[in-house]
Amino acid sequence: MSPRPGFVLEVDRSTPPTLYWHGERFRLERLPEGSRVIYAPEPIDPLEDPSAAIRRALQSPLGDKDPLPALLRAGMKLTIAFDDISLPLPPMERPDIRQLVIEQVLDMAAEAGVDDVELIVALALHRRMTEPELRHALGDRIYDAFAPNGLLTQHDAEDPDALVHLGQTDHGEDVEINKRAAESDLLVYVNINLVAMDGGHKSVATGLASYKSLRHHHNPQTMRQSRSFMDQHHSELHTSNWRMGRLIADSGVNVFQIETNLNNDAFPPAFSFLQKREWEWSVKDRLAYLGVSKALDRTPAKYARQIFHSVKAPHRMTAVQAGEVEAVHAVTTDNVWRQQGVTVDGQTDILSMGLPYISPYNVNSILNPILVACLGLGYFFNMYRGKPLVREGGVVIMSHPTPWEFNPVHHPSYIDFFEQVLSETTDPIEVAKGFEESFATDPWYIHLYRTGHAYHGVHPFYMWYWCAHALQHLGGVIIVGGDPAAVHRLGFRVASTMADALEMAQDIVGPSPTLTHVHTPPILMSDVQ
Amino acid sequence: MKALVFERNLPRFAASRVASVFGSGRGAGIGPLQFLDALPPEVPGDDWFHLRPLLSGICGSDLATLDGRSSRYFEDIVSFPFIPGHEVVGVLDDGGVDHAGTALPPGARAVVEPVLGCAPRHIQPPCPQCGAGHYGLCEYLAFGDLSPGLQTGFCADTGGGWSAAGLVAHTSQLHSVPEQFTDEDAVIVEPTACAVHAALSGGIEPDDTVAVVGAGTLGLATIAALHHLVRPTTACTVVAGAKHPHQRRVAESLGADTVVPPDQLARAVRRQAGSLVLAGRLTGGADVVFDCVGSSESLTQSLAMVRPRGRVVVVGMPAKVSVDLAPLWHRELTLIGAYAYGTESGASPTGERRTFEMAIDLVAEADLGSLVSAAYPLDRYEEAIVHAGAAGRRGAVKVVFDLRHRKGPKR
Repeated sequence: MSPRPGFVLEVDRSTPPTLYWHGERFRLERLPEGSRVIYAPEPIDPLEDPSAAIRRALQSPLGDKDPLPALLRAGMKLTIAFDDISLPLPPMERPDIRQLVIEQVLDMAAEAGVDDVELIVALALHRRMTEPELRHALGDRIYDAFAPNGLLTQHDAEDPDALVHLGQTDHGEDVEINKRAAESDLLVYVNINLVAMDGGHKSVATGLASYKSLRHHHNPQTMRQSRSFMDQHHSELHTSNWRMGRLIADSGVNVFQIETNLNNDAFPPAFSFLQKREWEWSVKDRLAYLGVSKALDRTPAKYARQIFHSVKAPHRMTAVQAGEVEAVHAVTTDNVWRQQGVTVDGQTDILSMGLPYISPYNVNSILNPILVACLGLGYFFNMYRGKPLVREGGVVIMSHPTPWEFNPVHHPSYIDFFEQVLSETTDPIEVAKGFEESFATDPWYIHLYRTGHAYHGVHPFYMWYWCAHALQHLGGVIIVGGDPAAVHRLGFRVASTMADALEMAQDIVGPSPTLTHVHTPPILMSDVQ
Repeated sequence: MKALVFERNLPRFAASRVASVFGSGRGAGIGPLQFLDALPPEVPGDDWFHLRPLLSGICGSDLATLDGRSSRYFEDIVSFPFIPGHEVVGVLDDGGVDHAGTALPPGARAVVEPVLGCAPRHIQPPCPQCGAGHYGLCEYLAFGDLSPGLQTGFCADTGGGWSAAGLVAHTSQLHSVPEQFTDEDAVIVEPTACAVHAALSGGIEPDDTVAVVGAGTLGLATIAALHHLVRPTTACTVVAGAKHPHQRRVAESLGADTVVPPDQLARAVRRQAGSLVLAGRLTGGADVVFDCVGSSESLTQSLAMVRPRGRVVVVGMPAKVSVDLAPLWHRELTLIGAYAYGTESGASPTGERRTFEMAIDLVAEADLGSLVSAAYPLDRYEEAIVHAGAAGRRGAVKVVFDLRHRKGPKR
C-alpha cells in the first residue's frame, strides 16, 4: 500500500484530543470544533538499495556535469564537504547518509588514484562537532582514516589563512569561502536535505563561508523578504545565495553537488504514536503514549532531555541525486515537497504548534529560549509555500516549557544576547543595528567558536533574524506552559493552558477565530492556497 | 524624650549577632539597641549647636553595627553608650552657624557632616589630614575635647539622629539646606557625599569601562555621581549589577548604561571590555570597579572583573573578609578605600570644594531624595530596622526614621 498523503482534519465532536509536543514532554489538547489539524504525509518508501542508488547518481549526474569517476584523476586535489550536526533531525541511526555517500566517493577517488583528499565539515558559524558526533556521521573507518592525519577538518570561518575572497556579486555581496575547498580541483558537497531550505547554492555559499560573506543574507531585511525561505523562488535568502553560488562557479570552483532526500520516519517504534493520527491510535499506541508520557512527567527535564537526545531516527533515504548544483537541487526540492507537502485551503487566525526538544542548533544540547523562538517562528511558521498559514495580524500559539536555561559550552553568546540584547530591544532591525557587530567580533566568542564547541558569537542574532518575517507578520505570540520570565524577555505572552491562550489570542484576532494546528514533527510543509 | 541608645552589652550583642543570621536587623529588639528616655546632649562648646532631627537614615554601617558584623577595628574610635544616626537633617531651633561661617536663623534646617575630626575636637593645630581638608581621614578621632568617635552617631558626647532629644553639631559640621529641598532630599545628602567622594576617587579616564557592584543607596548614588560629576568631562561606560527590579530601574534612570542582575555582571563587563575568560575570571575587564557592598563575595567578584592594573574602589563598609588576593598581586591591581568625604580637589574652577556641597548639588540634579522609600516613627524601630535590612527585597532603597511626629510608615 502506498503511503497516504498529508491530511487536513476538521475537528468535530468525535475528534480525540490532539497531541502537542511540549519540549521533552507531551500534552493532549482538545481543540475547538471547526479547528483544523494538519498531518504530514506518511513516510515515503525508502530506496531498497541506497548504496546502488548513490553509485548510480554519481555515475549519471544531472545537469551539465560529467560523471564523478570522469572528474577524478591522479594528482588532483579533491575536497569533500558535508553537512554538520544540524542535519538530520533527530540524528539518524547508523549508518548515516553522509557515511554512505562519502564511502562511495572515496572508493571512486581511490580507483582513480586520487591521494590528496580532505574532508571538511561545512559548519559555517555552527559549533564544531565532537569526535563521537563525527564518528556517527562518517563511520569509524572514514574517521580513523582521515582525522588522525589532519585530513578531516572543521570549517573555520575565523581563520583568515583558511579563507579566500573570490569577489563580489553584482549586488556587492562579498563571497569569501573556505580556501581549501575553493582551491581544490573538485569540491564534492554531500547534503542531507531535510527541508526545502537546505542545499542548492546555499551548501557552499553558506556552509563554507565566513561572517563577511554570510552577513549579506543573514540579516533581518533579507529574512523579511524571504516568504518563505522554504520556497526558494520567493526567498531573498536563496536569491542571494544563488548569486554567490554562481560567482563561486564563475570563479572556477568546480562543485559536484550530491543531495539526498529522507523520508519523515523520524522516531523509533517506542514512539510510533508520534507518527500516527490520534484517531487511528491502536491500543498499543495508547499504552505507549501513556507509558512514555507518564514516565517523562516524572523525569527531571535534564534527564528527559538526555533520553530524547539519545534517540536516533530511523530515517531512510528516499532519493539521491548528484551533478550540477541547480539541476540537482530542483529535483531534490520536488522530492522534499513530495514527502512533506500538504495542500491547505486558506489562512487561519490562530496557528498553534507543539515544539519538540530539538532544533537544528541544539543537537545534544538545550533548546534555550532563543532557539524556542527560532524553532516556532523561524522554522514552523516558515514551513509554507504561497502564503503563511496564519493571516497577517494573526497569532501563533506555541507549546513549550521555554526554560531560562542555556548550554554555556554550545551557546555562550546566546546567554549574553538573551540577557543584554533582548532586554533592550526585540526588534530585529534594532538588534542588528545596535549589537550585531560587537558580538560578531567579540574575541572571546571567536576563541570559543574556533577552539571549543561554541556557536559563533553572531549566531543568536541569526536565530532572531530567522523570526523576523513572523515577528513582522503576526499580531501576537503566546507560549503555553512557558517560563514567564523567559517568555516575556522574548517579547511574547505566556499562558498556562491552551484554553487561556485561545482566550488571550481573541483579544488580538477578535471573537470566533479560526484555529489551525500543525501536527509536527514529523515535518510537514503547507502549500497554502 | 525617647532615643535609641546603643550600649556596650556583650550578651545582647551576641543575641543580636545570632538573630541577624535570619536577616539583617532581625536582632534589633534583643540586641544592644535600647529604646530609652534621653536628655538632650550638652553642647561641648560655644561653637556647637543643638539640632532637632527631622529625618534620620538607617545606613548599611548602622545595620552592620546592630548585627554585630562590623569590624573590631572601630572599637577604639567609638564611645559608649552612643545614639546612632549619622544621616541627619534637623532643625536648629536656636539658630547656628554653618561650616562657611554663615549665620543660620532659628528654625533653619541643616544637614550634618558627621565626621568628628580635629575642628569639632578643638584640636589645634589640626592633624595633617584635616589640615588638607581630608576630614574623613582625621588622625585624632579618639583625642581632643570629645570622647572617641569617628562620626556623630558613634560618639557618646554628641547624640545622634535616632533621638527625639536631638543631637549637637559643631559649626564645621553644619550645612544649610536649600529652601527648595524636601527633608527627604536633605537626609540623602550624607550617603550621596560618600558616593561623590568614591566616584572622584576612581581615577576614571576617558573611555573607561566602569562596573558598579551593589545597587543599594551607595551603589545608586555612586552611579548618579559618575553620571553627573565624572561623565561631563570624562566619557565612560557604566555597567551596574542590581539584584532587584526596582533597583535596576533606578540604576538605569540615574545613568547606568547597562544594568544586569549581579550574577550577570561579569558577563556584561566581559562583553563591554571585550575580554576573554579564564577559570571564571576575566582576563581583561573593567578599568574601575566600585564595590558598593564590601563583602567577601563582592570583593571577590570585583577582583575577578577588573583588568590588570585596574582599580577596585571599596565603597561599601567591609568588615573582616576572606578574599584571595592572588589576582591583586598577579595583575597589579589597586584596591582603594573610599570612606566618607572632605574636600575634593580639582572639583571646581577654583580648585577645591567640600564634598558635602557637591552632594547637595547632586541630590538636586539627580533627584536623589526619591531614594527615600519608607519612613518610620522612632517607636517602631524594630520594624524600621528589619525593613532597612531587607530594603532591596522589599522594594525600598533608603529607610529613615521620621521624627516629625508623623504616625505610621510613610507608605
